Formats: sequence, C-alpha cells, structure tokens
Amino acid sequence: MAVLVWVAEGTWPACVDAAAQWAPPAAEVALLAAAAGQGADTAHGAFAGLLGRGRAGRDPGARIAAMEVAAVAAMLDAAQARLTRPSTSRTLTGRPERALVEAAAGADLLVLARDGDLERLGPHSLGPVTRFVVDHAPCPVLLVWPRRPTTTTLPPPPAPGAPAPSGPPPGA
Amino acid sequence: MSLGLLAAIAALVLVLAVAIARPRNIPEAAVAVPLALALVALRVLPAADAWAELRSLAPVVAFLAAILVLGQLCEDEGLFAAAGGGMARWSAGSPTRLLTAVVAIAAVTTAVLSLDATVVLLTPVVFATAARIGARSRPHVYACTHLANSASLLLPVSNLTNLLAFRATGLGFVRFAGLMALPWVLLVVLERLAVGRYFRTDLAMASGVDVTAVRPTAPAAAGVRGDATSERRPAAAPGVAAAVVGVTLVGFVVASTMGVDPAWVAAAGALGLAGHALVRRRVTAGTVGRSLNLPFLAFVLALGVVVRAVIDTGLSTAVGALVPRGSSYGALLLVAVVAAVLANVVNNLPAILLLLPLLAGHGAGPVLAALIGVNVGPNLTYVGSLATLLWRRIARAHDSEPGLAEYHLFGALTVPASIVVATSALWAGLALTGGG
Repeated sequence: MAVLVWVAEGTWPACVDAAAQWAPPAAEVALLAAAAGQGADTAHGAFAGLLGRGRAGRDPGARIAAMEVAAVAAMLDAAQARLTRPSTSRTLTGRPERALVEAAAGADLLVLARDGDLERLGPHSLGPVTRFVVDHAPCPVLLVWPRRPTTTTLPPPPAPGAPAPSGPPPGA
Repeated sequence: MSLGLLAAIAALVLVLAVAIARPRNIPEAAVAVPLALALVALRVLPAADAWAELRSLAPVVAFLAAILVLGQLCEDEGLFAAAGGGMARWSAGSPTRLLTAVVAIAAVTTAVLSLDATVVLLTPVVFATAARIGARSRPHVYACTHLANSASLLLPVSNLTNLLAFRATGLGFVRFAGLMALPWVLLVVLERLAVGRYFRTDLAMASGVDVTAVRPTAPAAAGVRGDATSERRPAAAPGVAAAVVGVTLVGFVVASTMGVDPAWVAAAGALGLAGHALVRRRVTAGTVGRSLNLPFLAFVLALGVVVRAVIDTGLSTAVGALVPRGSSYGALLLVAVVAAVLANVVNNLPAILLLLPLLAGHGAGPVLAALIGVNVGPNLTYVGSLATLLWRRIARAHDSEPGLAEYHLFGALTVPASIVVATSALWAGLALTGGG
C-alpha cells in the first residue's frame, strides 16, 4: 500500500502524525512537498522593476530560490524525522495542485490538511491548492485538521448575529 | 514634430527597451551612454544644455552612490541579519506578528537606506526569517517588496525619484520629510492591513500549529538563514552600522538647516562605515567599490541627458497642457494619477524625469504629488511597470506562473486607494502648514 503525505509549511506535522496513525505498518510512506512558493518570483519581479540596477549576482530572487530549495529540504527532513518509520521524500515541481494530483495517480491514500480559513464554519476551510487536490485526487483522501485541539472537537456553530464569513481577519 | 524630437524620442525608447529587456545582460549604461553622447554630437541637445543637466544631476548621483554603499556596508556588518533575528524573536512564532515586524522593518529600511536596500538586501532576510519560524513566506516577501515602493516617500534618500525631485521641490530635508510623514505613515498602515487581510489564510496557517512540532526544522532553517546573510565573512556586530546610520540621519537634518548639501553627510557616513569595516577586514576596497555600482550611476546620468533632449526638443509643450498647475486638491490628485500612469507605462525613473520640468516653478505640492504617483504606482504590477511586465510575460510565457493574477488583483485593489489616501494627507499637510 502506498501512502502519500503532503508536506507544507504549518500543516505538515498534523499530516505526518495522521500518516503515522493510519498508514498500515507495511505501507510505503512517501512525503511530498512543492518546490517553491512565490517568494523568489516576487523578489525577482521587484528587482526587475528597479530600472538600471541590473547586475549579475544582485537578484534577490536567485538568493531566495536557493533558500527555498534548502527550506523545503529541511522541512522534508524534519517530517521524515517526525514520522519515525521508513519513508521516502520527494519535491514536486510545477503547479503544486496539478503535480500533487498526478503524483497521487498510483497511491492508495493521500494525507492532506485543511489549510484555509479555520476560524469560521463554511466552505473556505481549504486553501485553493488543497481544494483542487481534494476535488480531483484519483485516490482516497485523508483530510486532517492542522491544529491538535480541534481535531477531536467539532467547531461550535456561530452565535446568532455573528459576523458574516467576510468579516475582518483576526490579525488585521 | 521636429526631426530632433523624433531622434530624441527614438533614443529614449531604445534606452528604456534595453534597460527593461536587458538582452544578453548588456549593462544598461552600455547603450544609454553612447546614445546620450550621440544626441549631443548630432546637436539634438546643445552641449551646454547637456553639461548643465549633468551638473544638476551630479549631486543626486553622488548622494545615490553614498546611499548604495551605506546599504551594502550595513549588510556586510550584519545589520540585516540582526534585523532578521530581531523579527524572528519578536514574532514569537506567529506569522501575523512576523508580518507586523516585516512591515515596520521594511518601512524604516526603505525610508533610511532606500528601496534598493529593501529589495536587494532585506527581502532575502525576510524570506529566511519566515522559513525559520515555519511560516508561509508569501505574505511577508510580498509585503516587503510592496513597501519598498510605498514606503519610499518619506525622505529624499528613500528613492532615486525623490533624489531627482528633491531640488525641484525647493524644500529642505526636514520640511520634505515633514510633508511626507503623514502620507508615509498612512501608507505603511494601509499596507499592513491590506496584506494581513488578503493573505489571511496563509498567515493563519502556522499560528495554530503546535510550536513544539515545528521545532525540528529550527537547526536546518538556521542553516538556511546563513545563506541569507554571510557565511563567508567573520561574525559581525551590527551596532556600529546602526549607530552610523542614525548619526547620518541626524546629520541630514543638521546639514539641511545649515544649508549644506545632505549628499556630503551621506558620503561622510558611507566613508566612516567603510573605514570601520575595512579596518575590521569585513570588506575589501574592491567590494566597497563594486557596491558603488558605477554602471548604474552612469545610466542615471545618461538617462537624464536623453530625457532632457526629449523635453527640450518639444515634448514639454505637447505634454505640458496635460499636467495641471497649482496645489488644489483636484490638481494634486490629478498630478499623482498622471505620474502613476506614466510610471506604469514606462518606469518611474523616466516618468519623474519627464514630469519634473513641467511641474517645476509651481511650488512643492505638485512635485510631491508626482512623487506619490511614481513611488506608489509601480505596485500596480509586481514588476514596477507594464513594460517590464509585458517583457517578462513574453520571456516566460512557457513557465508556470501560479498566482500572478492574484498579485495583480492585490495591486489593483491597493494602489488606487493608496494614491488617494497619500495625496489627501499631502494636501492636508500643505493646507495646514501654508503651502510648500
């Protein structure tokens, strides 16, 4: 049995713990992470916008791209260490949602975490990437909560007169 | 339209095209300088006028050089790495608190050491810090690059556009900062609120995660942080760099009240810190010389000459009618919008160079409004101008660029509001203090 675990910033410990709990002892566990976020692209774009400064070796996008590779590798290492059983790890390239669905083609189980708005009830508890993967995954999906206290309790319904889901964010 | 104007416009288009597309990584100056010389040789621009333009740009370029060196020395002295450590500690593992720290540090860095320092030196540190606390770095990196533009209003040194326009405002260093202070504060707060709202799911993600669970990444992420700073240099104490920057800032104020060009203060600060770093062997004379970025300085001078040729050969009469005069609220807002549009079509450097002669002589208000436009406007696209964006889209048409539409939507939502808020604050400041 092949079990895939989606490793992403903030949510991976819950996914790894779920894999440790639910994957049969004989299952082959593979940890997958996306190659990069958009930090490198953003920094590269900002540098490109600085007219006249172009010079090899100054592009912060290149430095961030190198750091992204190292950060993803570190995250996968940490996830493998946390799993405490044999596993393989792989970095996916391209659009993460498509790469993940394609990677899941031969799998028997895919472990994912909710990564959307977890504060309110409603359809937004999945981020865009996770939403796409849940919609199109070719294998069974194990969807877990990233926060331990809420994994066993149903979120309470909103109080009467509570603000609509489009209210201000908690941190703003 | 005269033949001279056509030649000047053709030269400007070519200079900008090469600067934006950078075919075969040719330095921008390698095309701009010969074209500027050619315009003078062909008598499109009289040599005396070209010389006058160079002389008026010389203090600006000297100032720019000093600030570029100062920023790089702060990096060499470990000031940005220390800022990363400070941000990580203050965040206490919360991506939302980290965003607030990033906004504050990016705003101050941009104001004091210019947007170049924020984009080139601070952004990698911001990424490393986000990775270090296990956060999704997208909102933090994005806020940092956004603030490099919108927080570059405050001081004449914050942006090359400000340096170019500083003299045309007729203001001293302190008065310039005083009038831009309220717009700056409002823009920084606006960016924090907008990024916090727009990226709220990314920001919420790590905050609920058991912190002990994230801890295993810390040693590896610390190695990541080393990439951002300087694994090859000896450990540096950034206290001296911070002190020199602080003293230089005070020096700007003192020099301004005494009628001394603040460029001298910037040069003194850069030389002082360079001397300190050289004695401690953290830098060499060669690395300090490279951080001067002489090709960039030559590019600025050449661009100034080419734009001067475009204006003198007749464009000012054509465009002059489009630019309103006076410091009424409507006029200021219109100037800011025109400047923002122009900055997005070409880029903000040629935009401010083209606008300055048309705005000069009408008080500080219109020039400051134009600076709001050219400094905030580039956030509309994430690459500074539509020209750059088009080039990048063509060049990278086959790459996957997830989320670009998202970024452009964010820019389209924030930039118009930012321009209105900042211009309103500028107008209020001018009205309260009796004009420029």
